[in-house]
Amino acid sequence: MPILDHDATVLRLDRVTLQLGGREVLREVSLDLRAGEFVGLIGANGAGKTTLLRVILGLLRPGSGTVEVLGRPLRRGNRAVGYVPQKQQLDPDTPLRGRDLVGLGIDGHRWGVPFPSAKRRARIEEALRAVDAAHYADAPVGRLSGGEQQRLLIAQALLAEPKILLLDEPLANLDIRSANEVVRLVARIGRERGVSVLLVAHDMNPLMEVMDTVVYLAEGRAAVGPVAEVVRTEVLSRLYGYPVDVLHVRGRILVLGGSEVLMGGHADHEVHAHG
Amino acid sequence: MDRLIQPAMFAQPFMQNALLTGSMAAGLAGVVGFFIVLRGVSFAAHALGQIGFAGAAGAVLIGVAPLWGLVVFALGGAFALGALGVREQERDATTALVLVAALGLGALFIALNPVYATEAFALLFGTIVGVSRDQVWQTGLLALGCVAGLAVLYRPLLLATVNAETAEARGVPVRLVGILFLVVVGIAAAVTIPTVGTLLIFSLMVGPAGAASSLTSRPAAAMGLAVGLSLLATWVGLIVAYDTGWPIGFIISAAVTALYLGARLVGPRLPRRRLAQAWNSGA
Amino acid sequence: MADWVRQYLFSPDMFSNDQVTGALLAGGVVAAVSAVLGYFVVLRGLSFIGHAVTDIGFTGGAGASLLGLNALWGLATFCVAAALGVGALGNRARERDVATGVILALALGIGAMFLYINTRYVSAPFTLLFGSIFEVDPDTTRVMAWVGLLCLAVLAFLYRPLLFCSLAPETAEARGVPVRLISTVFLVCMAVAVAEAAQVVGVLLSTALLIGPPATAAYLVARPGLGIAIAAAIGVLETWLGIDLSYVSYNWPPSGKGWPVSFFITSLALGFYVVARLLRPAFRQRMGAAPTRIRAA
Repeated sequence: MPILDHDATVLRLDRVTLQLGGREVLREVSLDLRAGEFVGLIGANGAGKTTLLRVILGLLRPGSGTVEVLGRPLRRGNRAVGYVPQKQQLDPDTPLRGRDLVGLGIDGHRWGVPFPSAKRRARIEEALRAVDAAHYADAPVGRLSGGEQQRLLIAQALLAEPKILLLDEPLANLDIRSANEVVRLVARIGRERGVSVLLVAHDMNPLMEVMDTVVYLAEGRAAVGPVAEVVRTEVLSRLYGYPVDVLHVRGRILVLGGSEVLMGGHADHEVHAHG
Repeated sequence: MDRLIQPAMFAQPFMQNALLTGSMAAGLAGVVGFFIVLRGVSFAAHALGQIGFAGAAGAVLIGVAPLWGLVVFALGGAFALGALGVREQERDATTALVLVAALGLGALFIALNPVYATEAFALLFGTIVGVSRDQVWQTGLLALGCVAGLAVLYRPLLLATVNAETAEARGVPVRLVGILFLVVVGIAAAVTIPTVGTLLIFSLMVGPAGAASSLTSRPAAAMGLAVGLSLLATWVGLIVAYDTGWPIGFIISAAVTALYLGARLVGPRLPRRRLAQAWNSGA
Repeated sequence: MADWVRQYLFSPDMFSNDQVTGALLAGGVVAAVSAVLGYFVVLRGLSFIGHAVTDIGFTGGAGASLLGLNALWGLATFCVAAALGVGALGNRARERDVATGVILALALGIGAMFLYINTRYVSAPFTLLFGSIFEVDPDTTRVMAWVGLLCLAVLAFLYRPLLFCSLAPETAEARGVPVRLISTVFLVCMAVAVAEAAQVVGVLLSTALLIGPPATAAYLVARPGLGIAIAAAIGVLETWLGIDLSYVSYNWPPSGKGWPVSFFITSLALGFYVVARLLRPAFRQRMGAAPTRIRAA
């Protein structure tokens, strides 16, 4: 296991504010991500999670505030930041195998044709083993389940040897068992490789065992800190701007606003059309 | 086989030229087609052919060789499609509108100069006669250029197609890559058109690659198979056209359809093995 | 009215021309019906199929006129057969894309054979391509209006489940909506409407009027009901403008020839669309986003 300086900050956001389409999507969001930390970025749909991710990736520039990766200002395509996107609906006949998808993580962003070499194959094999995907490496990606595809995407991101791993809603539309598997896998990888993890989800419950810090996003504002400190009625009510209740029900945390479940319910089955 | 393939055919210079250009066109179509099917832009491939046709009509109007008008419009069309149709949702609608607008222009060109009608058939549906040795060289160079262009685009295009967000995050100019790809398709269309005709170039691009992806999931194999099937369809087309005099475009599209349907039927019955040990992993 | 306007832009005496009024009426009906159906075509991502159906129908029309049959029946049957065929060959986007391409290529190839075999010159195929909007007789217009009304009635009946299926197909299926059946009925409806349109305005314009106005409207408003109404309005406007410009173009160089109406309408269709897209950021803030298709990850 790598020796980490746990006080070193790998990612710092300082009062990031961003307007999109006339609406303030992020308001004075600040956070410090330290080496080896596992952070859950929690928020409902539309709360600004994806926007915040895109800011960290350098794809969106904040209206005000700064973003620093490893102490340096942010640049797009920074190899220190690994990105695991949401799994896509791929056609079952897509002519790509699992290992091809993973292989894109090595050099998919460079021009030209990949040069097949033993070293390249070895690296891909290693990444596949790390995510426990070796047994379906040659299967067509379009025929894999969501969880299987998600693991390939993680392997793909790992090949760039990032210091930070950003995962965009990896647990969406996964059954509970697969979700737990993914969480445990990511936590293990983070520990083994000394990689900081920022995992985006709309439900924090699957992350409770592994999460060090939570970044709770609501109405564009963020409350950052350990779960016990942040996920409290007073704190969240201030965040939302209206009274909410934090309930602990049979080992789950629920956040209720009036009669609506703001966090903790299985919201993925309802689809909304929104801009 | 004796009556079908007449040996005298290969001695004829025009047939040799047709076989050469046809083979190069088919090979190129297979390579380009792999990405067209992967990106789901079959409509764009179809559209570029017809847009090129409108350009050819315009060229005739101003007294220039049709091929120039074809290339100019195909390139312009590629830019328009790439620039306008980025998001998957708006892509097909944009393609449709650019296509009909180009054809409307073509209607105007033809209305202003109706002399074009006879050349139109050959340009629309392909012909095996009238291919000169110079054209063989031209075709070869352009085809080589397109393949080289695709080789350069290969990795970022693949990543941008399969994982657009990751590509963006890694600094790939996704939009530019998409436009460049369509430009290559436009040039490939211009190369393929004299053999197969504008209306049918996309059958060589779409069908074989579609068939290939039903049969294999390895990208290199899929591309190779697409090229092979494309060549097969083209040779069948050339031989039957020589024997019967039928429009080559018809024969090729019929052959492609047969191959595609065959692949769709056979594909699901092939064993897709999931165990790593069962496969020799290639590149 | 200034003389040059009357000469080159808009000439009121065209309303006393029977052919023009006939064209305005027929064109208006076609535009309205196409726009309403086209709204769902664009929403469901069926633009390629919508266009391919007209091209395939064209082959059918050419074939029929070769056999001495009424070209319109050939057109209509091939349109419907094409829609059903493509619908059967794939319901996944990529599969459908390739299948549409292959079937379209085959149909065009067969069309090439028809034209090759055809020894005598038959004008029907070419009228099918570019339309004969100025030669429409009132009877045809009447039949077309009835067919159009029938298609709209079917659509009205299907409106809510169709919208549901189009916006959130997996959810709709989970709720018991017969997604496959509705999809098929819609395709047939579209094929019939498109065939009727092609009969009057030609294959080229039927695509333009099917796709252009709804795609334009989608950038301007968010609500489906309002979007459909605006699409129809845009379609009719584009058609009437096109007819007007075609009429006055007789005065444009080269004089006496006149520019084809298909050129004007297709250019207007693309033009309005591009303008709407450029204006979109301004509209978006006020009206909210257009309905987008949601797919479960």
